[in-house]
Amino acid sequence: MKPFTKLTAIAAPLPLMNVDTDMIIPKQFLRTIKRTGLGQSLFNDMRYDESGKPKADFVLNRAPYDHAEILVAGENFGCGSSREHAPWALLDFGFRCVIAPSYADIFYNNCFKNGILPVILKQEQVDAVMEDAQAGLDVTVDLPAQIVRSGNREFKFDMDPFRKRCLINGLDDIGLTLEKAGTITEYENRIGAERSWV
Amino acid sequence: MAKPRTLYEKIWDDHIVHRAEDGTCLIYIDRHLVHEVTSPQAFEGLRMAGRKVRSPERTLATADHNVPTANRAHGIADPESRLQVQTLSENCKEFCVTLYGMDDKRQGIVHIIGPEQGFTQPGMTIVCGDSHTSTHGAFGALAFGIGTSEVEHVLATQTLIMKPAKTMRITVNGALQDGVTAKDMILAIIGKIGTAGGTGYVIEYAGDAVRGLSMAGRMTMCNMSIEAGARAGLIAPDETTFAYLKGRPFAPKGADWDKAVAYWKTLQSDAGAAYDKDVVLNAADIAPTVTWGTSPEDVVPITGIVPDPKDAADANKRAAMERALEYMGLTPGTKMTDIPVDVVFIGSCTNARIEDLREVARVAEGKKVAANVRAMVVPGSGLVKEQAEAEGIATTLIAAGFEWREPGCSMCLGMNEDQLKPGQRCASTSNRNFEGRQGRGGRTHLLSPAMAAAAAIAGKLSDVRDFTKGAKSDAA
Ligand code: SF4
Repeated sequence: MKPFTKLTAIAAPLPLMNVDTDMIIPKQFLRTIKRTGLGQSLFNDMRYDESGKPKADFVLNRAPYDHAEILVAGENFGCGSSREHAPWALLDFGFRCVIAPSYADIFYNNCFKNGILPVILKQEQVDAVMEDAQAGLDVTVDLPAQIVRSGNREFKFDMDPFRKRCLINGLDDIGLTLEKAGTITEYENRIGAERSWV
Repeated sequence: MAKPRTLYEKIWDDHIVHRAEDGTCLIYIDRHLVHEVTSPQAFEGLRMAGRKVRSPERTLATADHNVPTANRAHGIADPESRLQVQTLSENCKEFCVTLYGMDDKRQGIVHIIGPEQGFTQPGMTIVCGDSHTSTHGAFGALAFGIGTSEVEHVLATQTLIMKPAKTMRITVNGALQDGVTAKDMILAIIGKIGTAGGTGYVIEYAGDAVRGLSMAGRMTMCNMSIEAGARAGLIAPDETTFAYLKGRPFAPKGADWDKAVAYWKTLQSDAGAAYDKDVVLNAADIAPTVTWGTSPEDVVPITGIVPDPKDAADANKRAAMERALEYMGLTPGTKMTDIPVDVVFIGSCTNARIEDLREVARVAEGKKVAANVRAMVVPGSGLVKEQAEAEGIATTLIAAGFEWREPGCSMCLGMNEDQLKPGQRCASTSNRNFEGRQGRGGRTHLLSPAMAAAAAIAGKLSDVRDFTKGAKSDAA
C-alpha cells in the first residue's frame, strides 16, 4: 500500500449527499477479477451518456478536475454496498483523499486498506473547501498534522491513531495480524473447549 | 456484580483475541461466506503472498450475483461474468473451500443459504464481502459486511482488526396491523432514522412486534440495517430461532445441541444494559410502506402522496429530493396508488424465502398479472425453489402469469441480464432504490412481497389491504 503523508492537489467538488457505491462504480464493472483499471469507469452513469460519450458538464470531465486528487462531497458518502471496487476506482482515477461531513462505515473502512485518506470535516468547513474547489484552487491535506488547508483557512480533523500510523507507513494489516498467529491459536483452543459446536 | 451488557457487547467480548492499549481489538471470525464478486482479488492476494486459508471449514462459498436465472444449461453468456464464476470455482478448489456452484441445488443468494444450511448460528461472528451480511443478525449473530481487503484478512487469519461500535436499540411495541409485514416495519424505521441514522452503530431490534416475527421476517429486518447505515442488526435468539435451526445440516447435533442452546439462551441483553441510543416505534402506526425516491429513507405509507421538495428541511435535502423526483419521473402530490409499474421483481436476500413466496401466492392466487406488467419471481436458493414447487406455489404463480426463475441476485442489482431498461418503473422486494441500481435509468419502488404481488395484479402500486378486501367481495 502506498503511504499517505501530505498532499497538495486540485480538489474536485461533488456537492451531493448520499453518494452511493452504485454511483461511484456501477455493477457492470464489478465483473472484473482485478483491482486496477476501474478509474475510467468511476462515476460512469454521471460521467458518460448512454453512448459512452463524456458529459461536458460532469466535474471530472473538465480541466483542472480531470487531474483532481482530492474529492469533496456531501454527507453519507459511500453508502450502499461493501464493494471495494469503489475505493479502487477512486484510486485508479488518481484520488488519494476524500473530504466529506460523514461516510458510510464500510466505505470508510475500505479507504484505509487502499491508501486513501477519508477526511471528516464539519458541514460548514466542507462547504468552505467546496467553494475553493469550485474556484479551482489547490487544497492541502496534511495527515501527520491532521490539518486541511484551503485558501487561507485551516481545519483540524480527527483521526484514529492506529489507522493514521498504518496510512503514514503504508502498513499491511495481514502482516501485522500474522505476527499474532500464536494468540489466535490460543483463542481457538480455548473456544474449541468451551463452544465445541462453533 | 458484573456490569449489565447488551447482546452486542456479549458477542463482542466472547470474540476478542487481543486488545491493544488504544482499544483496537483483534476479533475472531466464526463464519465466513464468500461469493464470486468480492473474492477474486482476495484469493489473488493470498496467492501472491504465498498464504493459505486459515480455516476452510469456517468458510462457505456460492455463486449468486452473476448467475443467469433462466436457461442455466447454456452456462453464462457474458464472458466476464463467466470468468468471475469460474475463478471462484478454481479458487475454492485450490484453497479447499466448500462451494455451492451453479449446478448444486443448495446454491442461492449467500444470505439465504447461510441460514438455510444452519451455517449461521446465534452468538457467532459472521462476515462476508457483502453489505447485506447484516441479514444473519436475525439469529443473534454479529454479522456484517466487509470489503475485499478484509475478506483477504479473514481468509488468511480468521480475524479482523476492529474497534467496538456504538449500540442502538430500536423497539417496536404492540402488534402489526393486518397487511403490514417486517418489510414495512424496516422501511418505516429507515424513514424515521434516515440512511445514515445507524452509521457507527450496531442496531438491536426489540419489542413485541419484532418478537412476533418468523425467522424470515427477522432476516428481512436485519437485512436492511445497512440501509439505515448500520453495519449490523441483531435480534436476540429465542425459541423461534432454535426451532428454525434444529436439524439443519450445519446445526449442532446431540449433546452439542443442548450445550449450544444453553449458551444461546444467555444471548440476551441484560436488564439495565445501556445503549448509546434508544428509538421507539408503535407497530400500530406502521402502514404498508413504499419508497418514492432514490434512497431507502424516501418512504411514504401507500396511502400517501409523492412529497414536495418545498417542504424539505434544508437546501441540501431539497436538492436531493428534486434530483430524486426528476430521476423517478414523479410529480409532487401524486397519490402513490396512482403510480403504474412496468416490472415487478420478487426476489433478493431481503425477500426471496419460502415465507415470502407464500405471501405472494396468497395474493396472486386465481388472479392474473396486469397486461402492462412483466412480473418475475426469483427464489432465493435452489432449495427454496424446490420447496415452492412442492407446495404448489410455482404452479399458482405461473398460472397467474409470473415468470418463475432460477435462484440468484438477479434484478436486485442486475449484474446478469435481468435489468430494467431506462425509464422502466419497478415494484421491487429488494433493498436498494439507488439510481441505476436495477439497470441504468431504471426506477425502483421498494415494498413487501404481498404489496409487490398486489402491484403486479393491479398494474400499479396498490394497497394490499384494499386489494385483498376487494378481491374477497368480488368473489362473494
Ligand atoms: S440479493 Fe441483492 S442485496 Fe442481496 S446479496 Fe444479492 S445483490 Fe446483494
